[in-house]
Amino acid sequence: MKIVKVYGPGCKRCETTEAMVKNAAAKLGIEVGVEKITDARSIAMAGVMSTPGISVDGRLVHAGGLPDATRLEGWLSA
Amino acid sequence: MTIGIDVAPHGRGTLDWVWLAGVPVAAVVWWIVYGQLIPLSEWVTSLVPVARDSHTGEAIAFFVYDVPKVLLLLTGIVFVTGVLRSWFSPEKTRAILAGRREIWGYPLAALLGVLTPFCSCSSVPLFIGFVSAGIPLGVTFSFLIAGPMVGPVGLGLLYGLVGWEVATLYLVFGFTIATIAGWILGRMNLERFLQDWVRELNAGPTAELPEERLTLADRVRVGLEQVREIVGKVWIWVLVGIGIGAAIHGYVPETVMLRIMGGDAWWSVPAAVVVGIPMYTNAAGVIPIVEALLGKGAALGTTLAFMMSVIALSLPEMIILKQVLKLRLIAIFVAVVSAGILATGFLFNAIL
Repeated sequence: MKIVKVYGPGCKRCETTEAMVKNAAAKLGIEVGVEKITDARSIAMAGVMSTPGISVDGRLVHAGGLPDATRLEGWLSA
Repeated sequence: MTIGIDVAPHGRGTLDWVWLAGVPVAAVVWWIVYGQLIPLSEWVTSLVPVARDSHTGEAIAFFVYDVPKVLLLLTGIVFVTGVLRSWFSPEKTRAILAGRREIWGYPLAALLGVLTPFCSCSSVPLFIGFVSAGIPLGVTFSFLIAGPMVGPVGLGLLYGLVGWEVATLYLVFGFTIATIAGWILGRMNLERFLQDWVRELNAGPTAELPEERLTLADRVRVGLEQVREIVGKVWIWVLVGIGIGAAIHGYVPETVMLRIMGGDAWWSVPAAVVVGIPMYTNAAGVIPIVEALLGKGAALGTTLAFMMSVIALSLPEMIILKQVLKLRLIAIFVAVVSAGILATGFLFNAIL
């Protein structure tokens, strides 16, 4: 199972990102555990400056704005 | 910076050339519609069974003219800004500013504050990212003040609704305040008033992200995405702002306006700043109000002070920053920025 973390203080874009991750995982048939990190300190500690940020299995793959759906699938299946 | 580990093939869905060709077409349509706003709004107003020169008629005409005008301007500005900003990112800005202690770090930060895309919801991670990368606190403040204060939306609307003279004055003074306030805050050695956990973070986590390569068509998509998101979010503030502007335009007598916001009432400038702080709206919502105030004879300095205070000093923003700044520092920050705004207000009331 892949652990995906979505970093963001809980604005609308962060929620959309979380939904996008779940959709992409369902579409690809990949099992993921999605964790939302909303606490400013943890977001900063992860090195994320622009939210929402996404990490897959501890590797930061995206920061700032909604991810591109195609690229998101790439990260999940990598 | 690591480059391109996973660059996915672009051009999903619609072909790239459709996006690129769509831009000039949309620009022409935009231009034609924009040019027809006066006859269009007069025609709509004439449909309402109210005398055109009555209070209500004036208010309705203002509203009917301003709503499409502001929404068109907003859409155009947000699109162009969105495309331009796709060349910038907080990560790049941080790399440019890191370690700049020279005096011109401040104006540079203010300039990048205008060009870097960031939403107020991520100002805390951004603040930490800057400070932990060794960007001086004052330079970080210049960046954070300039972002909202000299934003393109505010400038563009000011240009379209009030005129280029006021827009230029606003640009020059907003930029100057952001630069000087950051410099003053930097000279005050305020690091001890950061929240303790932020100071302990100084080792500086910096994540390396693969850089995205965008084609021009991608940037057009970014711009449109911005339009959908920002216009979708602020349109309600725009309507409220224009509604208030219309009420002022139609019903407030000029004599009252001159007494409250005229150049002779010295207390009107601080009052405008104080009233502006708790007002939570954005540039798109406040500029129709500014338009109506100026139209009724409010002094330019007072009105500029009001506008700057509404946009640059917002209570919710301070509550967000409370996570990283101690109350003392927030108070000093507000005091320094307010001083700059007051100075601007008094200066213009004195010379005009």
